[in-house]
Amino acid sequence: MASEPIPLLSVRGLSTDFIGGGNAAHALEDVSFEVYPGQTLGLVGESGCGKTTTLMSIMRLLPSSGRITSGELLFTERDGRVSDLLALSETEMRRYRWREMAIIFQGAMNALNPVMRVGDQICEPICHHEALDKKAAEARVDRLLDLVGIAKSRKNQYPHQYSGGMRQRAMIAMALACEPGLLFADEPTTALDVMIQAQVLELLKSIQQELGLAIVLVTHDLGVVAEVCQDVVVIYGGKVAEYGPIDAVYNHPQHPYTQLLLQAFPDLNRPGETLASIPGSPPRLEALPPGCRFEPRCPFSLQVCKERDPALRKITSESGIGIESGKPGRPVLFETTHLAACHRIEGD
Amino acid sequence: MNHQGDRTSEQQRVILHVEGLVKHFCVGRSLAFTRRARAEQLVRAVDGVSFDLQRGETLALVGESGSGKTTIARMLIGLEEPTGGEILFNDQQVQRGKPNRSQSSLSSHRIITLRDLRRKTQMIFQDPYESLNPRATIYEIVTEPLEVHRLARNPREREERAAQALEDAGLRPAGDYFLRYPHELSGGQRQRVVIAAAMALEPELLLADEPVSMLDVSIRAEILNLLRDLQRSRGISILFITHDLGTVSYFADRLMVMYLGRIVESGTTGQLLNNPRHPYTQALLSVAPVPNPRLRRERIILQGETPNPLNLPDGCRFHPRCPLASEICRQIDPELQISPDGHQTACIFPS
Repeated sequence: MASEPIPLLSVRGLSTDFIGGGNAAHALEDVSFEVYPGQTLGLVGESGCGKTTTLMSIMRLLPSSGRITSGELLFTERDGRVSDLLALSETEMRRYRWREMAIIFQGAMNALNPVMRVGDQICEPICHHEALDKKAAEARVDRLLDLVGIAKSRKNQYPHQYSGGMRQRAMIAMALACEPGLLFADEPTTALDVMIQAQVLELLKSIQQELGLAIVLVTHDLGVVAEVCQDVVVIYGGKVAEYGPIDAVYNHPQHPYTQLLLQAFPDLNRPGETLASIPGSPPRLEALPPGCRFEPRCPFSLQVCKERDPALRKITSESGIGIESGKPGRPVLFETTHLAACHRIEGD
Repeated sequence: MNHQGDRTSEQQRVILHVEGLVKHFCVGRSLAFTRRARAEQLVRAVDGVSFDLQRGETLALVGESGSGKTTIARMLIGLEEPTGGEILFNDQQVQRGKPNRSQSSLSSHRIITLRDLRRKTQMIFQDPYESLNPRATIYEIVTEPLEVHRLARNPREREERAAQALEDAGLRPAGDYFLRYPHELSGGQRQRVVIAAAMALEPELLLADEPVSMLDVSIRAEILNLLRDLQRSRGISILFITHDLGTVSYFADRLMVMYLGRIVESGTTGQLLNNPRHPYTQALLSVAPVPNPRLRRERIILQGETPNPLNLPDGCRFHPRCPLASEICRQIDPELQISPDGHQTACIFPS
């Protein structure tokens, strides 16, 4: 690698609250991660842990009860300038949506407008955001449909005439309409059949290679993350529990939550093994425990875990749990530091 | 186990015998808003399926949407009437409608009424957000089947059985849940209520239709462990419907892979996972997510989607998407061939 890669998006200390019903719910606290061009980052966690809130905070599409209380969202422009998305006005922000970053919303089944032709829906953001005439916009729609593998003849059909997999493809085409450099995909394959899921993931991978996109993939499916991501952020209760290159996180998980999640996933290669379950449920965000957020459910809980919230620590072969030195692994573009927030990690 | 009657032990071991089961749906008849009446067409949802389910066994039915998995379950519990074929539950034929209709007089089998069948067979549906009545309390939901089947002699016994069922399903103490409504519970708790309501009847057969596909991974494991424990302690049989081979490998004794209304491969879990012989099973296995980035492997991604069952391809149904298809596959529709070790495959070129 010749030069230090520059992150396309650098999320630093992002905190988001939801206000309502008296108490503020701390949906996100001090979330930091980096997305590089051409990289796929996985954002993993249970329902309600703040995955979608992270995306909505970055896109600044939070509902009116949501407030970003602190943090920086540093976005590297095409000309190399770095701007903080949180410092932008709403009008300026609008320039970034669709053209710089776009989102594939959760639930393709319901995210499309049922009374509008699919082709027109894909055309809509193009017409809004770019000074193209009708003909050029139409030509781009055709190109996008071709890219995602939908026959042009189906452009004038309505969403109900599409199958689930095709709707998801149409959603992907729509997100790519204004040629963004950063794509957020919120549970893009949940509710799809395995084969269709594999097709959609393969499509995302090939598009990424073709267009050099950065993708942030939000999912609760660890198998999907293992399949396509280079880096992974594990979120629990609105905080980053573990962050690092996928090979390190999956093969040497440091946070007990990551360890249990991995053991709870039925693996074809270990049939018949008893699955770990994580008793209890995620913390209520308006009444967080004083110490570590995972402490009430953690099988390794110590006294210190009840008192202090652990900070993210760098994992090395000395401090980490069960890491043998000289780790093998796939070659990666660049090495993200492996971090985990747990008191059990040595030196805490 | 206590068996009744004087059948042979071989027959007693089989709780469910399905032979040549067929379900065709008619479509295209007098649809509202269509200008021209289309010719009547047949959707061959299930097209000749045979299998046996043993007592205490878990059999998984694997396939994509539209392969006919759910239609089979609906026929087994009597929600759909088969177009053809035979279903024997405990060696008894299911009687539909009024007695002395033609079906019973021709058959030598004993009869089980639909009502009894539905007591002994229970179904767990996919979506615990939609399968519970939002206006009924948990107590009402769990006791309703007991009332319908008059299984409790008095209110006290009903309450005891409901409490027992909820606690067995992991909702303890049961009293805390009696007066709550489904919206107060999490997805995992709701699915436990669904399981409790099904288990309250002490069924012999459980049809589980994608019981964990709507749940988070951590909760999935809890529900799967619960089903496995209940099965081991009660000795019930489970027909587990899923498209997720990872779940299946954990859970099932035997697998059947369905494609377009037919079984294309069946065998023990080990046989199918370690030595899949049908190209469709191989493709499904290759795309099943494995939570280990070091095990990224060559994936066989089938193009397109399952063909329209209105317009089935000639020859082998899988040939348009099959990576190994050759000319003969377009002409011959392969039958399920059984090998000496019990592994069945419907393919002209099994590997």
